[in-house]
Amino acid sequence: MTVQRDSMAAAPAQGRTAYAALVREDRVHRTLYTEQRIFDEEMVKVFGGRSWVYLAHESQLPEPNSFRSVRMGLRPVIVTRDRKGDLHAVFNRCSHRAATLCREESGTAKSFQCPYHGWTFRNTGELVGTPWPRGYGESFDKSEHGLHKVARVESYRGFIFGTLNESAPSVVDWLGPAAGWLDYWIDRAPGGEVIVRSAAHRMGYRGNWKLAYDNAGDGYHPAFSHRSLLEMASRMGDSKDMSYFGVSPDEGAMRTYMLGNGHSVIDQRPNYDGPGSFWANQRPQPGRERFEEKIRAEHGADADRLLDLTIGSQINLSIFPNLLVIGNQIQVIEPLGVDRTQLTWNATTVGGVPPEVNTMRMRTQEDFPAFGEPDDQANFEEVQRGLAAPEAEWILMNRGLDVAGWQQVGPDGVVSSAATDELHMRRYYAAWLDMMSEDTAR
Amino acid sequence: MSSRIPPEYADTSSWSYHVDEQFYAELARQSALLREDWPEAGVTEIVEAQSFLAREARLIDVGRFNDWLEQFTDDCLYWVPVTAGAGDPTVEVSHAFDDRRRLTDRVYWLRTGLAFSQIPASRTRRVIGNVETTVDPVTGERLVRSNVVVHEFRAGVTKTYPGWYGHVLRQTDDGWRIRLKQVNLLDSDQIHENLTLVF
Repeated sequence: MTVQRDSMAAAPAQGRTAYAALVREDRVHRTLYTEQRIFDEEMVKVFGGRSWVYLAHESQLPEPNSFRSVRMGLRPVIVTRDRKGDLHAVFNRCSHRAATLCREESGTAKSFQCPYHGWTFRNTGELVGTPWPRGYGESFDKSEHGLHKVARVESYRGFIFGTLNESAPSVVDWLGPAAGWLDYWIDRAPGGEVIVRSAAHRMGYRGNWKLAYDNAGDGYHPAFSHRSLLEMASRMGDSKDMSYFGVSPDEGAMRTYMLGNGHSVIDQRPNYDGPGSFWANQRPQPGRERFEEKIRAEHGADADRLLDLTIGSQINLSIFPNLLVIGNQIQVIEPLGVDRTQLTWNATTVGGVPPEVNTMRMRTQEDFPAFGEPDDQANFEEVQRGLAAPEAEWILMNRGLDVAGWQQVGPDGVVSSAATDELHMRRYYAAWLDMMSEDTAR
Repeated sequence: MSSRIPPEYADTSSWSYHVDEQFYAELARQSALLREDWPEAGVTEIVEAQSFLAREARLIDVGRFNDWLEQFTDDCLYWVPVTAGAGDPTVEVSHAFDDRRRLTDRVYWLRTGLAFSQIPASRTRRVIGNVETTVDPVTGERLVRSNVVVHEFRAGVTKTYPGWYGHVLRQTDDGWRIRLKQVNLLDSDQIHENLTLVF
């Protein structure tokens, strides 16, 4: 099938020199968060171009001919399984007059018929038919009018990514060392079975999408941004989970790791010691006492493992540009406009555990979206308001720069640093600058 | 207070022993009951229900959250589902699934003065109508459902949240107390900015 390819979007590229002036070693320019023109170019080059973009999880497409509506940047996209179960992604945009074909969030369909004029496409993108075909002349070739396809779609152990770049490296190569961290997160589930069908907190904020990415790898903010949560947790004594951010987070064993291509991770696990420690340090969930009693009575030596499975992974894994694997949730950054973003927290269950373990996972996954994330997003919105001052041009990302002894290179070549180092920003902006400096979308 | 709660866990603002399989099963039963057709209620019952809802609404709208908390039973649930139609809380997350302890946490959190999502605090005013009421044939508790529109002003922005309430009220020595408050937002499963206001 011949697929349609747009040439590069109309906005002229600034070129590397111009963007390099806005992304310096220690700071980035405010316009990266405020200018419509830069946002428009990001939607083409960072959420398209040569980048891989996270689209969906395989468990959201559970059977042959399943589909799910998503966004790839601002592009409406349908991720599909064909009748054999293979994955595809097509633009949700009729090749005739551009109407979206699919207006459901998810379901099963072998084909999509445009509600406007009735053009019908297979779930793999080929044009099957047009109503009253005699109205098209002999030059009309159906094979030229299939849906615009996302050039490549690959799954890494259930995480589905798409790229418009035919010659992109494989997903596993692009993930690089991030794949190993994703493995840890996935392999916490018995048999690696993670299921994303437990509803989602779709949280919107009036700020640029990068504010979410800046923050996800930020070990500096919790002691301040999350004071309300830490204070709440101390209502009954110990302040529990995340209290370790409050006292010199740079002196403990917690580290941030740079994983290439803009990816990074904060590893909070060194703050815990052994099986049952995640559970013991979690703020109390509804039903906690009865649940623990039952699990310990019925599962003996295996109880600590099951209890810990109800608690988050204690890593913050950021995969550029739009996937944040934090706690037990799969977060997706969905830009809506230069100053408006949806952050979707997909809740997860796991296979191979007693049902009450997954129920307790639900109660744990309601904690941070209620009492933590809203304070973060309030700060994102206030950053966006602060950025309205044109004369104050810069956002700093210089914490840890030139601090002796912070950055270390591991035996695997991975650079790590203290958890509050803003190195994760400096690294992802280097990747951003490369993407934005490309001359074409390919 | 449920007889299923052992004495050492009797303080449900600190302990949560009673939220078990039976709790979820009873919740599913009452959640379904709140969606059934009911016989027409008498004028007295309707007026009593309206009066209770108006008082509860006022406590929230003027920010008397400690007084609001006292309106709930020890084995209460304040539930704001994500899934349209409420869904199944044993396998789905909610915006709020607050037993007495988490509801106490929520009120405490609002009053820390450190929750930046509530600085400045939400100003709210809600309008309640279409009140219906009946009696739970199993427990004898009073069921009330109503339509609601919550208006919120915060940080320069006015928002509107339409939906409906399902209340399960239990008669106590101090009058009615809320055993279940289910808040069904019209767009519960869609994008929301800063849902830290109290519904």
